[in-house]
Amino acid sequence: MKYRFALSSGRLGGILVIMALCLVPATTSTFFTSAVALPTLWLGLSTASLTFLAGYGGMVSLAQTALFGVGGLIMARLTVEQGWNGWIAALVGVLAATAVGLVFGAIASGSKDIYFLVITLAFAEVIYLYFAASSTFGAHEGINGIEPPAVLGDPVLQPVRMYFFTVALCLLVYVVMKRIARTAFGLAMQGVRDDPERMTALGFHVRAHRMLGFAIAAPVAGLAGVLSAWSNTRMSAGSVSLNVTLMVLAAAVIGGLARLEGAWIGALIYVVFDTYLRGWTGRYMTWLGLIFLVIVLVSPGGLAGLTAQLKGLISMMQQRRQRAASTLSTPAGASARSEGPDHV
Amino acid sequence: MGTPVAPAERRLHIRAGTVVWSLALLLALAGVLGQAFSRGFGNDGNVPTFVIITLNGLSLAGLYYITASGFTLIFGLMRITNLAHGGLFLLGGYVALDIAGQGVPWVVAALGAMVAAGIAGLVMHQLFLRWNQGQDLRQALLTIALSMILADLMLAQFGATPRDFAPPAWLADSLSLPLYGLSYPAFRIAIIAAAVLLSVLFWWVMGHTRIGILVRAGVDDGDMTSAIGVNIQRLFAGVFFVGSALAGLGGLFAGTVLSLAPGQDQAFLVSSLVVVIVGGMGSLRGAAVGALLLGLVDQYASAYLPSFLSNLSALLVFVLLAVVLAVRPTGLWGSAS
Repeated sequence: MKYRFALSSGRLGGILVIMALCLVPATTSTFFTSAVALPTLWLGLSTASLTFLAGYGGMVSLAQTALFGVGGLIMARLTVEQGWNGWIAALVGVLAATAVGLVFGAIASGSKDIYFLVITLAFAEVIYLYFAASSTFGAHEGINGIEPPAVLGDPVLQPVRMYFFTVALCLLVYVVMKRIARTAFGLAMQGVRDDPERMTALGFHVRAHRMLGFAIAAPVAGLAGVLSAWSNTRMSAGSVSLNVTLMVLAAAVIGGLARLEGAWIGALIYVVFDTYLRGWTGRYMTWLGLIFLVIVLVSPGGLAGLTAQLKGLISMMQQRRQRAASTLSTPAGASARSEGPDHV
Repeated sequence: MGTPVAPAERRLHIRAGTVVWSLALLLALAGVLGQAFSRGFGNDGNVPTFVIITLNGLSLAGLYYITASGFTLIFGLMRITNLAHGGLFLLGGYVALDIAGQGVPWVVAALGAMVAAGIAGLVMHQLFLRWNQGQDLRQALLTIALSMILADLMLAQFGATPRDFAPPAWLADSLSLPLYGLSYPAFRIAIIAAAVLLSVLFWWVMGHTRIGILVRAGVDDGDMTSAIGVNIQRLFAGVFFVGSALAGLGGLFAGTVLSLAPGQDQAFLVSSLVVVIVGGMGSLRGAAVGALLLGLVDQYASAYLPSFLSNLSALLVFVLLAVVLAVRPTGLWGSAS
């Protein structure tokens, strides 16, 4: 048997995206790379940790931004105040985010759907209030003057190294999350998403699966926090306020909760709005909210699910045309209704 | 067979958790009471401060109850998680402020706040939520989008500077209490009274009127209620109006004792959520208990927590949530479905 590399449309798309990502620093300005491309990547990473939980686990967790803050602020505290090595501090930050995520997961895993969303929202607010009150983390001021490890260069003036480092991590997380979704655990988690009662009856420990899913998503959010702190050279409680939490949710929904790549699509839209529309209209939040509203109303799969929806629509129209053209009466009832993923 | 083992294990697990949490709770209570009464009950002891802090806690609880009861009423009947509740709360406050600025009596401004929030909620329900009844996640996302839009439009309309709202003349003074010669703002007492009145009103309407019977029937089985000839959509619309109006009333009170500013909407959304998570989503009794717990924990923590722990007072809310959810995942009076 000879292995042949099949160039599916998915693979082709992946290669094109990677090529485009590699071309960004060379073809665009430094401003674009550091103020649009880089934030899109780390915001997308944070959003991806939500999309992973929502898409594969049915858990719309609003605590991911809080974990993002835990990772970033602990790293910042250790490097700026304690003078730790950046890499070790980053590792500790990510591990701390994972630990907090495990505690959150342990408590919230007994709930599902809307309860889960509401409980994690309360968790997120508690973390925000803690950071805003705690002088250890600079309270509202936050921590300034965070320097990424020297290898990564200056994130504002020469963002190229930081950019490629972040691209590499995003790709890694994307591939690993896709892989996890196809493991036995990932399939069981999707089972838990679709029908927890049946999974319990089959002998699966539903809470443990939800918790483990949370434990996988938490370090990703923490990592995004570290990358954000490095790219911005500062971080404060305001970086994890409820506003930001809801923004990340909006980005995730606009991108599409059912597909992992939607996280970065949504993040891109959010960052572009934030960067360009802010100067153009003071009401950019209203516009973002309207887009969010329209997406929830018309396309439950988000922008990433829009292609599938369009395909379904086109094939439905083709079938109709064929049916109308053929003089033979075809059995009715086999109508091709196309809908987005059913769980949003 | 193997079945009897599982319940026994489960019971043991809950007991261990309950013991730990009860101990922690007793310790906290002992800390508070110890500090409050350690110097006797005299005028020079700590008791007068304790009374004031308790009243602060109660008036905060009243504010939480008024706001959260609207949220839980809507959730209980329609299973809609209205995450724009905080937005309606702030809208009520701002509208009252604007109407009162025209020189009308306070009561008219209060009514205006309730009607404005109620109508905004009703429009939201009729336009965006009514037709996807049952898709609760989608409805929650819709209300988040609406709350973002509402918050931004209110920022444009009312500005970012905190504003507050003067109490009516007959509630502006302090009321002297028959205890230790203390006096306490009459308006805060009025909030406590309003919350108590509201809970009595709920108890009477729910238990003793036709509307209450219809609402309870709708909570139990909406389809069946509809099938026996009740116009359930009208009931839904009415309850959504009342629930939103209560948010507006909360905003009105908060505008006087606190202040109205962007961000207050989210702060009160979250405290309403904590209240109903603790009490059980959809339960009015649970909302009362949850509001009391949250209000008192908040005030006692900021007054009695040792200074080296005062950073952690925000985390106490989390502890409260964790304790309740560890023992009862659906809250104190919540039902599973």
